[in-house]
Amino acid sequence: MNQIVPSSGKRGSQELVTTDNHQEFVTMFIEGQMFGIPVLMVQDVLGPQKITRIPLAPPEVAGSLNLRGRIVTAIDVRMRLRLPRRNPEAGEGMSVVVDMRGELYSLRVDTVGEVLSLPAAKFERNPPTLDPLWREFSDGIYRLEGKLLVILDVPRLLDFSRSEAN
Amino acid sequence: MPAVAAQVPATADHGAAASGIPQGEAKESAVAAQTIRVNVELLENLMTLVSELVLTRNQLLQMVRGKDDSEFATPLQRLSHITTDLQEGVMKTRMQPIGNAWAKLPRIVRDLSVEMSKKIDLQMFGAETELDRQVLELIKDPLTHMVRNSADHGLEPTEERRRIGKPEVGKIMLNAYHEGGHIIIEITDDGRGLNIARIRQKALQNGLATDAELADLTDQQAAQFIFRAGFSTAEKVTSVSGRGVGMDVVRTNIEKIGGTVELKTQEGKGTSFVIKIPLTLAIVSALIVECAGERFAIPQISVLELVRTTATSEHGIEVINNAPVLRLRDRLLPLVSLRTLLKLGSGDEQRTETFIVVTQVGNYTFGIIVDRVFDTEEIVVKPVAPILRHINMFSGNTILGDGSVIMILDPNGIAGGTGEMAGPTPTNQEATTTRETRAEDQQSLLVFRAGSDDLKAVPLALVARLEEIDVNEIERSHGKPVVQYRGKLMPLVLVSPDFKMKDEGQQPVLVFADKEHTMGLVVDEIVDIVEEQLKIQLAVDQPGLIGTAVISGKATDVIDAGYYLIQAWGDWFGSPEKEFESSNETHRVLLVDDSPFFRNLLTPLLSVAGYDVTSVESADKALQLRDSGTLFDAIISDIEMPGMNGFDFAQAIRSEGGWASVPLFALSSHATDKDFERGRAVGFTDYVAKFDREALLQTLAQTLSSKGDA
Repeated sequence: MNQIVPSSGKRGSQELVTTDNHQEFVTMFIEGQMFGIPVLMVQDVLGPQKITRIPLAPPEVAGSLNLRGRIVTAIDVRMRLRLPRRNPEAGEGMSVVVDMRGELYSLRVDTVGEVLSLPAAKFERNPPTLDPLWREFSDGIYRLEGKLLVILDVPRLLDFSRSEAN
Repeated sequence: MPAVAAQVPATADHGAAASGIPQGEAKESAVAAQTIRVNVELLENLMTLVSELVLTRNQLLQMVRGKDDSEFATPLQRLSHITTDLQEGVMKTRMQPIGNAWAKLPRIVRDLSVEMSKKIDLQMFGAETELDRQVLELIKDPLTHMVRNSADHGLEPTEERRRIGKPEVGKIMLNAYHEGGHIIIEITDDGRGLNIARIRQKALQNGLATDAELADLTDQQAAQFIFRAGFSTAEKVTSVSGRGVGMDVVRTNIEKIGGTVELKTQEGKGTSFVIKIPLTLAIVSALIVECAGERFAIPQISVLELVRTTATSEHGIEVINNAPVLRLRDRLLPLVSLRTLLKLGSGDEQRTETFIVVTQVGNYTFGIIVDRVFDTEEIVVKPVAPILRHINMFSGNTILGDGSVIMILDPNGIAGGTGEMAGPTPTNQEATTTRETRAEDQQSLLVFRAGSDDLKAVPLALVARLEEIDVNEIERSHGKPVVQYRGKLMPLVLVSPDFKMKDEGQQPVLVFADKEHTMGLVVDEIVDIVEEQLKIQLAVDQPGLIGTAVISGKATDVIDAGYYLIQAWGDWFGSPEKEFESSNETHRVLLVDDSPFFRNLLTPLLSVAGYDVTSVESADKALQLRDSGTLFDAIISDIEMPGMNGFDFAQAIRSEGGWASVPLFALSSHATDKDFERGRAVGFTDYVAKFDREALLQTLAQTLSSKGDA
């Protein structure tokens, strides 16, 4: 586990480039690739859930589920990133619940990892060779030891009107 | 200081004295103190909380269901009762008597009664019936509108009432009452009732239905046309009485809040509207159904009944060209499979029983095929996530007692969705019939005068050219007028034998041409070219005339160009049959078209082209001919026909009988590639657009000659 920095109150993607400042991210894995989203956006981390399929919905929408009396729309991040469907034998996977303008969404991933506090010095812009779709959904990359952490831009990830228009 | 201190009680005293001057007012304020003003938003929030509480209660009840010995049973029962009471209590805070929406009606009616010098008695019953204020707001305007309509158009003027022996004072009755979680509002008048004949005529004119469709409708069914969009505007134009104005808006408003409106009318006796709306929008009772392992909720208000069908039961699902239907008490109920509609994938397991949820949307009743039906549950409608708003099959979602999320089906959306998938829906039918009439009937017409002052018209498509011929150039041959035209002799035909040509100057002539033959129809004057929906109103038996139509607001005789073609060519070249018979190549052609206009148009055209034409008005008649052993060299069939349509007709003749290999041509006003493909698939040899006579003749000739060669 990396060092835990006490909450400084200065968080958000706009702070990412500020020097000697640490950002906390919830990490998650899809197809072995590590992704991260700012910890303050995350409401819940869920294990396998009973999900209601929604017919006629876009393929990215896995269904909806009940989270303590609120209806949460489950988004299959794999489908959103145009990754292959998850092998059903590998289990249900986990979900990260985020709040977007009063609506709750659960982002379905393979596994959810630890919370990392990362110095801005290790942050880099997206390499231009990255898939345009991923570039659109990613804020940038953190260089970690042995692997790279792709920071997801959640508002863009959940902005379906935009991707539909494209 | 003391002075000031003394002053304070003094003012207080004064104030008390001032406010409490008359004893009565003090009493009133005591009553007033028992009511408080509360922000509506606060009540709304309260309602939301209670809705959540109801859901949680349901969830708990589900958990202990079937466990009689649970220690939670008793407290839970109590909780359940209190929740129900609380729900009712909070609902009541939002309830208002429907009389609030009626408050202005007496005045409106009085004004109308003065303005139109009608004597009107407005009776209101059940004004104390309460309903949710949100619902109340939404039905206020439609109600006012309908009462206005009743007073304005429904009731006859006083003299007329006296003349027909009705009481002078016309009666409008409003009645509201509760019935099983719904509120029923009846608006009844004892006026003249709807003029059904007029509505039928209007429906026809506006292209909402065809003649044949209208003939099948009962008067009550025909009356429903007043709820159709597009009906009202036409009524406005003609300012003649008729109650169409804005009724489509009324219905839309009522359906928006999950209500229904029914109409009953009796000519001379009056009209009655029955509006059924839910008491509240926040909590609805819904039927839970299952299809392909998924559960869905259907609002109870739309559900009429449930039908269970098994492989052996007398109610079986039958299929007409992939469209499932159910015989239900002597009626054919169009069905829609939820599985297909929601693309839930094909169920490979063979089901021994299925359920049909008979659903009503407006006046359209259809059945939804589901796998299983559970019980009904009170649900709180929550809006779906923004990503899913575009799916119009769902009106919302909710959490069931067992904690699972369930989608709420929107019967309106499903009714709309059936259009593409299965049987006809009102909207879909409307769309196709309108398109059909437009394509068929909107055409350029040449309006002219000949022989008399009466206007005559001919489809412009038939006319090759308009010419003015100097009367001095007209010669005679065998006593018939001819003219040298473009190096050839062109016979001139008169509209009627008693028609007189001008003695000198220029004579206008309509030139009809076909291949190398031309013919001139002598007229007095060319009046205009108009784009009009050609609807033959009066069919006449006079040779040379198809009938009379209203063109540009005037009665106009539509002439049968084919008749004159035969007249000219028949006389000139000898009988076409004879000529072609001599070449021993008379092809027999069967023409199937429901429109008398096209039969009249094409029969002479084909006869002139040398075919022996038999024309029938329906596919059924054609099949009768087949079964009686009549043989044809080619069949030309319309696509849109009442009863059996062209596609089905094609399938029928391809499947069996002596016509299985006869060339078959589709005639259609809209020949898209898709139609083309479909036509080919069911066995049509070729597809010809309705107005393209050249193409039709060419296709016929080519097909028949190649067949002859072979």
